[in-house]
Amino acid sequence: MFILLNRIIKSGWAGFRRNSGLPLAAIFIMVLVISMATSLLLFQKTSQFLTQTIQEKLDMYVYFNDELSSDEIMNIQNELSKVSGIKNVEYVSKNDALARFIAKHKDDASLMESLRELGKNPLLSSMNIRAWEASQYAAISSFLANSQFSNLISKIDYQQKKPVIERLSSFSFGINTAGIAVNIILALAAVFVAFNTVRLAIYNSKEEIETMRLVGASDGFIIGPFLIQGVIVGFAASLATLLAFGIGLFFLSPGLKFLLPGFNIFSYFIGNLLIIFAIQLAVGVGLGVISSWLAIRKYLRA
Amino acid sequence: MINFQKVTKIYQSDGREIAALKDVSFEIQPKEFISIVGRSGAGKTTLFKLLMAEEKPTEGSIVFEGEDVHQNRSHLPHIRRKMGAIFQDYKLLPSKTAYGNISYIMEVMGASDEEIANTVPQVLELVGLKERANNFSEELSGGERQRVAIARALVHRPDVILADEPTGNLDPINTQEIIRLLVKINEMGTTVVLATHNKEIVNNLGKRVITLEKGQVIRDEAEGKFIL
Ligand SMILES: Nc1ncnc2c1ncn2[C@@H]1O[C@H](COP(=O)(O)OP(=O)(O)O)[C@@H](O)[C@H]1O
Ligand SMILES: [Mg+2]
Repeated sequence: MFILLNRIIKSGWAGFRRNSGLPLAAIFIMVLVISMATSLLLFQKTSQFLTQTIQEKLDMYVYFNDELSSDEIMNIQNELSKVSGIKNVEYVSKNDALARFIAKHKDDASLMESLRELGKNPLLSSMNIRAWEASQYAAISSFLANSQFSNLISKIDYQQKKPVIERLSSFSFGINTAGIAVNIILALAAVFVAFNTVRLAIYNSKEEIETMRLVGASDGFIIGPFLIQGVIVGFAASLATLLAFGIGLFFLSPGLKFLLPGFNIFSYFIGNLLIIFAIQLAVGVGLGVISSWLAIRKYLRA
Repeated sequence: MINFQKVTKIYQSDGREIAALKDVSFEIQPKEFISIVGRSGAGKTTLFKLLMAEEKPTEGSIVFEGEDVHQNRSHLPHIRRKMGAIFQDYKLLPSKTAYGNISYIMEVMGASDEEIANTVPQVLELVGLKERANNFSEELSGGERQRVAIARALVHRPDVILADEPTGNLDPINTQEIIRLLVKINEMGTTVVLATHNKEIVNNLGKRVITLEKGQVIRDEAEGKFIL
């Protein structure tokens, strides 16, 4: 058994080396497929990061006419906890607001001067609400506007941000969907080409397969070397793609840092190198082996 | 050891029926050297294809060493390993050297590396191709290719050699050489079935001859001559 396996692997390798033209073409096509899969993954990660960043930056403020009593705060927080999608609610009293304002603008002498001249705290107490997703602010806002506390509320600072929020969330969603769709279409086309390349390679060996059968080789002994070639093609293509992406991202990533502050795609790539390579191998070797198998099956039926 | 029982083979092509073999029966004993003769299109190749189970008979059965060759597809590789086939167009594996073509059969059969390393050079020597062991088939002449094919057909010590017009593409000298080899193999105890339409070969052999005409056996003689 072991001796047979050993021979199958050797013969697969020899076959790969001998007709290097088609395997090279197959590797090239396979590199395209794996690149598609890899960029799909990276794109997914990037846009996930982008959406997350946008959403983390978004929040809404509910300003109140007067300072609220702790009872009222409790009540409102209680009511809000019934609304789904809220991540965090924080009450900011007039004093807190003033302290934050001063901390933020303490270097602005003229602003501090006019504040002192005013002699009293001009800021309103407020509640800062963060939702899990940008799309939920509209619901929260209308919930508050129609609640029993609506008379306490001076204004809801969502209307102002609304266009920004909506544009950003539909933008990131759109990019995401379009990117994935284009990528999937290209990947499917590449899979098709890869499959046909392998099929052509095996078609070239049609007579050889027939001869092997006539001299008494078992199906496994015939298929084996072709599957091994599929594995070699997939492996070589994965390795080449990994290298290409590594080099490409290394040079691209400084530029991308401008577009996406806080997200280094190169370090993400390096940090997840093993997983990415595993995915590439699965795509490359899987495609290589499956298309070899599908293509050769036809010639083995008696 | 080989038994054709009322075998008929009808090919379907273009909706037409072509009867390649009609009600063919004969038996071949171990160690025989038997020639199958007949014009082109008489059904010689079809007969070999049925025996090797490359094609199925329309009627009748073909028994090889007590087993119907069309009975069990998964057993086919084992049956074929007891045969050694030689074809008019050689059918060497182009991706392998002369040595590789011959050792392939032994690999298929699971022989040890040592056994292969011992046997293949011997067989190459027997067919006079020791010097060409590492040449690929495209680097060999027709006669050399056919000798590789013969080496391949006998390296695993099959019970029968099936040679379908092995000299069809060769000049007279190479033809003599190939026939001499087949006779030698037969003298060492292997059954040989030779299909040919070369009159001279058959008449010089002085062995059993089955004559086919339009798919039918019209003569079967122990010391036959080539008569058409
Ligand atoms: N695959 C096929 N399809 C249709 N007809 C065939 C096929 N193979 C052989 N024949 C026909 O069967 C007859 C016998 O052919 P064959 O056995 O090759 O003859 P031979 O080998 O004696 O020259 C011929 O008439 C040939 O045209
Ligand atoms: Mg023929």
